[in-house]
Amino acid sequence: MLRKLWCAAALAAAMQGAQAQSAFNPDLSLILQGTAAYSSQNPDDYRISGFAPSGGEVAPPRRGFSLGESELVVSSNIDPYFRGQLVAALTPDNTVEVEEAFFQTLQLGRGVTLKGGRFLSAIGYQNPIHQHAWDFQDAPLAYKAFLGGRWNDDGVQLKWIAPTDLLVELGGEAGRGRGFPASDPNKNGAGAWTLFGHVGGDLSTSTAWRAGLSYLNASPRDRSFEDGGITQSFSGKSRLWIADFVVKWAPDGNATTTNFKLQGEFFRRAETGDLTFNGMTGDYSSRQSGWYLQAVYQFMPRWRVGYRYDRLDHGTVSSGLTDAQAPLLLTDYNPTRNSAMVDWSLSEFSRIRLQLASDKSRAGVTDNQALLQVIFNLGAHGAHTF
Amino acid sequence: MRILFSLLLYGVAVPAFAALNIFACEPEWGALARELGGDKASVYVASTALQDPHRIEARPSLIARARSADLAICTGAELEIGWMPLVQTQSGNGKIQVGQPGWFEAASVVPLLEKPERVDRSMGDVHPAGNPHIHLDPRNIERVAAALGERMASLDQPNAGSYSERTKSFLERWRAARARWEKEAAPLKGMPLVVYHKNMTYLIVWLGMREVGNLEPKPGLPPTTAHLADLLARLAKDPAKAIVRSAYNDPRPGEWLAARAKIPSLTLPFTVGGTDKAQDLFGLYDDSIARLLAAAR
Repeated sequence: MLRKLWCAAALAAAMQGAQAQSAFNPDLSLILQGTAAYSSQNPDDYRISGFAPSGGEVAPPRRGFSLGESELVVSSNIDPYFRGQLVAALTPDNTVEVEEAFFQTLQLGRGVTLKGGRFLSAIGYQNPIHQHAWDFQDAPLAYKAFLGGRWNDDGVQLKWIAPTDLLVELGGEAGRGRGFPASDPNKNGAGAWTLFGHVGGDLSTSTAWRAGLSYLNASPRDRSFEDGGITQSFSGKSRLWIADFVVKWAPDGNATTTNFKLQGEFFRRAETGDLTFNGMTGDYSSRQSGWYLQAVYQFMPRWRVGYRYDRLDHGTVSSGLTDAQAPLLLTDYNPTRNSAMVDWSLSEFSRIRLQLASDKSRAGVTDNQALLQVIFNLGAHGAHTF
Repeated sequence: MRILFSLLLYGVAVPAFAALNIFACEPEWGALARELGGDKASVYVASTALQDPHRIEARPSLIARARSADLAICTGAELEIGWMPLVQTQSGNGKIQVGQPGWFEAASVVPLLEKPERVDRSMGDVHPAGNPHIHLDPRNIERVAAALGERMASLDQPNAGSYSERTKSFLERWRAARARWEKEAAPLKGMPLVVYHKNMTYLIVWLGMREVGNLEPKPGLPPTTAHLADLLARLAKDPAKAIVRSAYNDPRPGEWLAARAKIPSLTLPFTVGGTDKAQDLFGLYDDSIARLLAAAR
């Protein structure tokens, strides 16, 4: 009897589903991705010269065919007061990674929102955007070098929107500090925290903009990596500033036929503390920076072209250890990269992209890359941030 | 100095004081809110007639305006699914969240046409709840006006009398206008039309016209030459009187087909602000019918 009732309820729910998508169930969507890549250099040897390895997935995609991350997105209002979202990435090497799992308040009012869990931080412009929505297959070099690709910590975020016609958004986050540039300290309290502010508005019906300033503070302890059998580790303070902007243009604000997007971000990091290299310890301080500028133009329905220029500035790195004792980070080299892409979207739910890049991340070596990327979106119609 | 001062003013300008702060997703609901609210409501319209309501972006200005709204009026039925949920959650405004009195979906008080029996993306970007472009049937405007008037009165009780009076007066004028439009549009009965997107359905059904083709191969997908050529062949057997597009649609596919099928390509305002004459809801219908009649002759 109970079983029958359950079946009837399930059937009713299924019928309901046909009327109003996901009437009571969470919105479900699945992103499928894949790449076919060519690199003139071995991606396994990828290093950004003169910058401490960030430990993230920063290498170019594997050569040949490979499956990209498949992302499963589940989101829903929990009750009138909270909303929840899970983004799980099924990686091609058969692991599951929780990219985001958070709740968000809906009813605090006065422009205040509290978020908690694991989420993509609101620092910078590209950081909170999921990989499948990026305009290039890979992250800008600055994101790779300073954040290991992105900052998604476990913690809380408090955000406030000012009651003005111009968007003024101020907020901060406190988290565990589970990834680079932090080192997942096993301690009570916050291992990393951020502050961010964004302003934005419309210049006209055709042009909208947003600009921001963000700060990330971390205190890594024994943040170490191995290179050629030698371990190097850093303990101290890491401070990162990001200035970002984006401008979007479309004739009369109608992006359907043609539109243009210009975005850029500037990163500056200062680290001070102690460096241990091959058993020797000395004081260490660095000031390094990086930036990128990219433009994407949709010149007709379905077709977009884009260009990105990346540059990292080695800046000043000084250490109590001599060059001979710790040669790795003292390489005075400024990595650069030029990338171009063209993509074709048959509908809002599918995209095929060709991307070419000349990557000079490694001192003295040019890595010429070409890749074909496919992105498919199954299920609920996603909403993308500006 | 003066420039600096006005820049500063722009930066800190707080939305104008009014009893009810309204965020309207589309121009038709903005116009209706102005009719019913009068000077008791301050209305911000998130999109224009030259923009595709499916494809608005959750721009910073929208989030800033939604932050202080007492009432958000949208079409619903998933028309704004690509942007409004984001505006709502990012705004930090509890009043306009789904299920709250400050969230009004016009489609919820209207019987929807073209509800698909089966939902599959191979059919294009179909809306499971039915066709959401409800505002081109004046009977739907009546239904929405009645419900919206009540909602505004309940949200701003000190001015409830004003809202119900204005709603009553609007409905009287609207019904009179509808009778006039139905009489004027009698020659349009049976008129075969090719539409760009399935966003004229309610107008076509109301006036007894006939939709014989779509420029879009599937809802939401841009027209292709192959599909237009196919349509041209079909029009040779089942001719249409005109090709209609809304002000925000790309004019080129319709012009291409019009030149070959030797029928006029017609731009309808689609919503308030789409043409010079469509400055309010009455003007929208006046101008749409006048343009269709001109093409029918």
